[in-house]
Amino acid sequence: MTPDSREFRGWTRKHMLSLGELSREEILHVLDTAEGFKEVSTRSIKTVPTLRGRVVVTMFFEESTRTKMSFMLAAQRLSADVIDFSEKMSSTQKGESLLDTARNIEAMGVDMMILRHPAAGASYHLSRQIGCCVINAGDGTHAHPTQALLDLFTIREKKGRIEGLNVAIVGDIAHSRVARSDVQGLIKLGAKVTLVGPPTLVPRAFEQLGCRVTHDFRRVLPEMDVVNMLRVQSERITSNVFPSTREYVRLFGLDDEAVQLCRPDVLIMHPGPVNRGIELAATVADGPNSSILRQVTNGLAIRMATLFLCQQAAAA
Amino acid sequence: MSQSILIRGGRVIDPSQQIDEVTDLLLAGARVDAIGKNARRSADCVIDAHDRIVAPGLIDMHVHLREPGHEGKETIETGTAAAVAGGFTAVACMPNTSPALDNDSQVEFVLRTAARNGHCRVYPIGALTKGRQGKELAEIGLMVRAGAVAFSDDGDGVMDAGVCLRAMQYVGMFDRLFIQHCEDKSIAGKGCMHAGVVSTRLGLPGIPALAEEIMVQRDILLARGAGARYHVAHISTRGAIEMIRAAKQAGVRATSEVCPHHLLLTDEACETYDTNFKMNPPLRTRDDVAACIEGVRDGAIDCLVTDHAPHGAQDKEHEFQDAPMGIIGLETALPLFIKALIEPRVIDWLRLIDAMSTRPAALLGVNGGTLKPGTPADVTIINPAIDWAIDAGEMRSRSRNTPFDGWKVRGRAETTIVDGVVRYNAGR
Repeated sequence: MTPDSREFRGWTRKHMLSLGELSREEILHVLDTAEGFKEVSTRSIKTVPTLRGRVVVTMFFEESTRTKMSFMLAAQRLSADVIDFSEKMSSTQKGESLLDTARNIEAMGVDMMILRHPAAGASYHLSRQIGCCVINAGDGTHAHPTQALLDLFTIREKKGRIEGLNVAIVGDIAHSRVARSDVQGLIKLGAKVTLVGPPTLVPRAFEQLGCRVTHDFRRVLPEMDVVNMLRVQSERITSNVFPSTREYVRLFGLDDEAVQLCRPDVLIMHPGPVNRGIELAATVADGPNSSILRQVTNGLAIRMATLFLCQQAAAA
Repeated sequence: MSQSILIRGGRVIDPSQQIDEVTDLLLAGARVDAIGKNARRSADCVIDAHDRIVAPGLIDMHVHLREPGHEGKETIETGTAAAVAGGFTAVACMPNTSPALDNDSQVEFVLRTAARNGHCRVYPIGALTKGRQGKELAEIGLMVRAGAVAFSDDGDGVMDAGVCLRAMQYVGMFDRLFIQHCEDKSIAGKGCMHAGVVSTRLGLPGIPALAEEIMVQRDILLARGAGARYHVAHISTRGAIEMIRAAKQAGVRATSEVCPHHLLLTDEACETYDTNFKMNPPLRTRDDVAACIEGVRDGAIDCLVTDHAPHGAQDKEHEFQDAPMGIIGLETALPLFIKALIEPRVIDWLRLIDAMSTRPAALLGVNGGTLKPGTPADVTIINPAIDWAIDAGEMRSRSRNTPFDGWKVRGRAETTIVDGVVRYNAGR
């Protein structure tokens, strides 16, 4: 039985690891729950007592100021006690395994761990071995479920639906956890996904995961309801997967000229941080079709919903 | 002390003499004395082998014993204890120890330690290049004199075609086997599982089948020129098997071997990020598994091996991409090959024993693989019908890294006799 065929009987997951394991109904439930939390941010007193007395730890083994801040703020708005453990060294460099680190932190009486880690599957690895909730805040090139949820939330907010939309994801698909999680969520909710980039960054295997793959950005732009531009990582620029930034910008960048090819109501997204002038022209990033800052705002509501649902499931 | 042993009433299978019949086998001291009617004499010890298979001792030509350097994972003592428990009377050990087995004194160390602590025969495989770095030839001739039976940089392929050609020529001078770990690093990169749909979904860097195939194809061209006996270690892809099949037909002296996991598991097993499914070459697709099985059936694949690669729990309990590659195999190989090859009637017992004993002995140029009178008394007695469950906790290996824990299997080695001495006896 696939998860999708299961009848939805309320949220039962204490971990948030990947959209791959969530059913369509579960994804929609998170989005609906986040709708309720959106309003909290507009109050003068921006907290609710939902997680009072609970301890949430952010464990970031990779640099990410905004995701960490978003999670910390979300936990604080739910009245949780928030502590931060961040280390840039990998466990093998340090000599202590991730598992040992996590067991030590758990022994101090932590309820939820929010994990960002450079290794794919790291959050799976932890969730099998320790008792508290594990929220995946990005594991290697595998998954970034809350980013995908906030992307879905933003699309639904702006477009009124997800089913039947044409969505392009553009750039370094091969090394993007955001792309993988977006693909899973979008396909489950009935969108048509097109992946765009050079063959060195867009593996053909994605076709078997239900996506269309193309290398001609300009040709597919007019069909798109949503265009999600991924960040060009600086390490890719030096690793010879494309010849030069200049060429990349010409072929796969979204500038004013390219926007002219789009539908007038196209939604332009970016998971941030933006390389202005590379994947997105500054004018496009700040233009009327851009939802970049809206995504950041919505991220807070999605993360509040995620923490709330997982903690409730753990307590039940 | 060795004594005479009469093994009575077993199904004696000896591919070297094309024997497959219920009869008796007499061992006198360290030698096989007689088969059949001539064997019916009194002996110091009688083993009743009714409903058992009596075979020349199994030989695993691809094992990592980890000593010297990684004794926390395995030693020559614990590795050979695992070997005899799995029915092996001899193992060939790979040189990727620390330091590497790349000179005669290292080879002598292994042979000396095996003579002192070993439970079965140990045949060292020397490194092709110094430090297994793929740059300068190791002292192959001196290692031959010290007792190395074959040469390989296993763990890594020899990337440089020129170095590889010279190594083949040099190994060919001594008529030893050249064993290649076929993996082009410039394509495999930091890959940690098979490159395909599953790796794409999991976000794990992949090792394409191409990384194996491009080196196999290159090596076949080199081997044809060098005239060396060329052997592909742990073959795993359809393309590589087809190349070896074609090379054999073209008269190139090329052979290959396959591991149980490449006959029974696919890359889908990596879905849970369980590091006991991480090895090199990685688990491939269903189609590759079918090709491996077909290769054993039609002889494109000559030998069955384990690639026994012990790692401690603290090594394996890491994130998938950081965990070391490899799984243990000595104590599970026989029942797993039975499951993959005998139960679905891919091959018969004669061919199984051939691939696990007679062929490896011939390729390594060592004694064994036969029950001819006068040859060393290395014998494995197999109970082909016993049902049991694999239990990692019961293993004699120092490590427990097996993906087959809990598997229900049929058949196992019951008695392992090395040089006329019973070195393992299950429940007797």
